[in-house]
This record gives sequence, C-alpha cells and structure tokens, in this order.
Amino acid sequence: MRTPLFLAICLAVAAAVFAGAVAVGNDYVFFAGYVILQYVVLSTAWNILGGYCGYVNFGSAAFFALGAYSTVAIYKLMGANDLPHIVPMPVLMLVGGVVSGVVGFGMGYLTLRLRGAFFAIATLALAVVLQTLIVNWDFVGGSRGAYILRPEEVPLIGSYIKYLFLVMLLLAVAALVIARLIERSRLGYGFATIRDDELAAEASGVPTLKLKLIATTISGALMGMAGAPFPYYIGYLQPSSTFGLDYAVNSIAMPLIGGTTSWVGPLIGTILLGSLQQIATVTISSAVNLLLVGVILVVFVIVAPNGVIGIVHTYWQRKPDDFVGRRRVETDAPGSVP
Amino acid sequence: MIFSFDLLINAVVSGILIGGFYAAVTSGVSLSFGILDIVNIAHPAFIILGSYVAYIVNATLGIDPILTAIIATPAFYVLGAGIYQIYYVSFEKRGQESLRGLAFFFGLLFITEVSLVLYFGVDYRYVEAPYIGPTLHFGVIGMPLRMLVPCVVSLLLIAGLQLVLTRTFIGRAIMAVAQDQLALRLMAIDPIRIKRIAFGISIATASLAGAFLIIIQPVEPSVGREYIGRVFAICVLGGMGSLPGAVIAAMLIGVVESLTSTFYGPSWAPAVSFGFLLLTLAVRPAGLLGR
Repeated sequence: MRTPLFLAICLAVAAAVFAGAVAVGNDYVFFAGYVILQYVVLSTAWNILGGYCGYVNFGSAAFFALGAYSTVAIYKLMGANDLPHIVPMPVLMLVGGVVSGVVGFGMGYLTLRLRGAFFAIATLALAVVLQTLIVNWDFVGGSRGAYILRPEEVPLIGSYIKYLFLVMLLLAVAALVIARLIERSRLGYGFATIRDDELAAEASGVPTLKLKLIATTISGALMGMAGAPFPYYIGYLQPSSTFGLDYAVNSIAMPLIGGTTSWVGPLIGTILLGSLQQIATVTISSAVNLLLVGVILVVFVIVAPNGVIGIVHTYWQRKPDDFVGRRRVETDAPGSVP
Repeated sequence: MIFSFDLLINAVVSGILIGGFYAAVTSGVSLSFGILDIVNIAHPAFIILGSYVAYIVNATLGIDPILTAIIATPAFYVLGAGIYQIYYVSFEKRGQESLRGLAFFFGLLFITEVSLVLYFGVDYRYVEAPYIGPTLHFGVIGMPLRMLVPCVVSLLLIAGLQLVLTRTFIGRAIMAVAQDQLALRLMAIDPIRIKRIAFGISIATASLAGAFLIIIQPVEPSVGREYIGRVFAICVLGGMGSLPGAVIAAMLIGVVESLTSTFYGPSWAPAVSFGFLLLTLAVRPAGLLGR
C-alpha cells in the first residue's frame, strides 16, 4: 500500500473515531479516549527505537514530561510578560517535540556507543535527573506543581477536551504514518540490521551510530509532542505524577504485548491494554490496574515473545501445515528453536 | 550558605557511612549485572522486599532486623535461583535476553512494587532496634549508630563475598562463567548451575541490603526506584563486576551526595549519582577498576 493511500485510510478511520465519539455525546469518552490516543503515540514512539532497533528506553516518562513542561514554561513565560496565555497547540507541540528530540539526541550520543544495557540504564537515570531539575525549578512550579487554565471553548469544535482529543488523534495518525514509513524505507532496514546483529551490520557498512541517533531523536521528539498538550488536559501538573512509572511501563508493555516488529503491534497493544486499564481503573482501582499491566507484560514476554502479531502469524503459518502433514507441526513444538 | 569545617567533615563522614550501605546495595548488582551480564533492574525491588520482611518480623516478634535478614537469606537465595531458572528458560536459551529480558525484569519490579503498595499501603514503615537512636561522638564528628552498624556489617558482607569469589571453587567458577562459558563446560562444570547459584547469591544480598535500608531510613514501596540509577551508577563507576571497585565508587558517590545535600540542599542529591553515571559512560565506560 502506498503511503498516501495509507494516510487517507488512517484519516478516514480517525474521522470515523471522532464522529463516533461525538455521537456518544458524553465528555467522558473524550477524556478516556485522549489517554488511549496518547499511549498510541507513546508506544509507537517507543517502538521506533525499542522495536525497530532493539534498544530499550525506560525513560519514556522523561521525554513525555519534557514536552509537558516545555508547555508549562511557555505558559508561564507568556504570563510573566502579560501576553495572552493562548499559544496555538501545534506550536506548543512543535516546541515540546524539539526539546525532547534534542535531549534524545544528546542522550543517545553519550551512551549509544556502548552496549545496549547501558543505554537502558542511562535512560532510567535521565528520568531521575530531569525530575530533580524540574523539582528544583521554581519557575515551572517546582515540587508544588503548576496550574494551567484551559480555555472553555474552541471555535468550530466546541468544548476544549474535544479539541485536545482531535489534536491527539491527528498526532496518533502522524505517529503511525511515520512508523510505517520508517519500516518500509532504507532507514527501517538499517534499524532492523541493528536489531538483528549490530556487529555484522557495522561490518557490512551500515552507519549504526548515525541510525541509532536518528531513531532516538525521532522517538524522543514524538514522545515530547505527546506530552505537550498534557498540561491542558490535566489542568494541574506535578513532577511526581508526570514522571510517573506508569508512562514508562505502559509504553514498553504496549508494543511488547502487541508485537514489536511492525507499526500495527503498538496500536493493537495500546488498544487492548489501554481499554483494559480504563475499565480496570473505573471498576476496580488504579493500583490494581498497574499490577495488571505488570503481570500481563511478564506473561506476554515469557509466553508470547512476539506479542499478538506473533500469535496471529504462527496461527496463519501453521494452518496450511496441518493439511500438508504432521511432521512439520511436531517439530514446531513449543521451546524448540526454529 | 555558611561554609564551616565541622559541617564539611561531618558531611564527609556521613557520606562514607552511607557509601558503605550503597556498597551492600550494589554488591548484588555487581554479581548479576557485572559478572553474569543479567540486567536485573528489579534488584532494588527485592531490596524493598527485604526491608518489608525485616519490618514484619520486627513489628510482630521484635527480632533485630539484621538478624532477620541473615535468617531470611536462604529464602531469598531460593527466590533468586527460581527467577534465574525462569529467565534462563524463557530468554537466555532462546537468545532474547536483551529486549525481552529487560522487559521481564521491569515487569517484576513493577509487580513487586505495586503488590507491596496494595498490601501495605504507601505509609512509611520503620523498625526498632537498640542502635537506631544513639550517636557516637568523636570531637566534632558525630556518627549515628543507625548508619555505622549497616556500614560495618555491609563491609563485612562484601569482604565475605570477595573471599568466596576468589578463594572457593564455586566462587572461581562464577568468575569463570563471566569469561568463558564454553571453557567451563569443557571442565565438566554446568555453567547454568553456576549462574543460578550466583544469581541466587545476588538476590540473597538484597535481603541484607533491605534490612540496612530500613534501619537507615523509613521505607515505602516506591523508595526502591531512587536506587535503580544509583546502584547501576556505582556498579558502572566501580568497574563492572569488581567488588572493591564498587566499594570505592559507593563511598565516592556517598560523599559527593552528602556534600551536595549539605551545601546545596537535599533535593539536588538524586541528580549526583546520575550525573556520575552519565559522565562515567561518556568518559570512561570501563569504570575505576574495570576489567
């Protein structure tokens, strides 16, 4: 499928989702839907580095929070200079994306020349460093947090949450299109060689460091863009919740549950896990829902290493074998190396 | 900010004491990450588990937390060996340890933390022991016993570990497994068994480290997260898998953190170790006493 066609289909689906949400006529749909869409962006962004290149980023929350806090900084800056508070959302997202992208690049430059595990640990560390900086930065509220007044109405669209939902919907479409585009380009093949065997890739002339830096930058920038509208959504931004572990764990769990090798995986994982969490939060409690994510993540990485996509794939591949003969099926017993 | 000599010397001393404790926390990670190449980021969660074990026994039976921890080490060893077995069968054997193995430990960290939250709530818990209140005074230097005792016991623990690693057969086999698994197999030693033992020991140290933690400060389930970056920073700074290096690095980070929180305020202290980590990774990835 050509990219323009894919984009058109995505936009059509997005329009249908929006129309459906409007048809329900309850603002809760937008509040819940926003969270899920935000995770679509975060998990797709995580997957560009984690799934395509095989480098685990535990600092999703940090990149997300950077986006959110650059919005707060702009908001405060406008307030301090007696300017109107309303900065167009696309501008805020662009700023958030640039800030997170630059940090992602710097981070990658420092650690990507080393073994993969160091990068993972350094991203964990980054989250804590950034949180410390934000806590000590009084201009954006410090540990007390910051209030953001969101406008009541947006012309043409209606309530502000509807507008945020629409913005996030478009960003999700953009993220998916970017991910798919990468997957099918030279860049994507380069990423795949890094994931499969970095040494062999390097030896065959793949500029691995450069590719990894591109991946961290794109991934970080998308996460920052997802974070930029967040202060307007939540209304009160506080470091400990913005840097919360749930962003990190969700953006890892969702692609791994869906399947990491394709753009569909994070989408499936997010829809499954995101809806489950929304249901669990409402019906049981928010702590139980996090426990649920942890357990599902562990079970999936052990039992279904390639996620939902992997399960579907083996199902499709095995079916014809049943007709051909039993031998193939027997050698494919679980645990055997293919 | 008034700069005084007393303050400085006290900050250095308390940094060294807390560094001793950090060394105990790191020793487990030095074994698993440094020697076995298993990126066990859930290690701090096991430490918190150790703290809670010490807390429960102390609150119900009134037994000394360090004694409890020593009694609990076999249980932690079994837990560790079990986890390694799952890890080996599900990831190492299939050659998928990098991405999915990390996610596995991340999931374990999460499950442990949330389970503790659900069961005990987010209140801070603390233990009672005769050495928690008093402070020794040497001139201007004050040494709180609640810091001194964990520091001394943890140095003993590390000395013991180092002796085991360098003098016993199992210990040498553990060092060897890090270098060449195939050679070990040729010597008719099962590398998987050795790794299982090593990982069990690594988790067993978490029991003790957990007891030290709850002696030094009140504990709630998410405290462990602060230690993730710190322990890996120390492990990398000291040189992967080198216990003496870990002790030096732990004391160094302890002192710098203590100076930072004395002279700039405690809210800046967490950034120190991570700054160190990033700096080490960028400048000298092999660490101080790296192999």
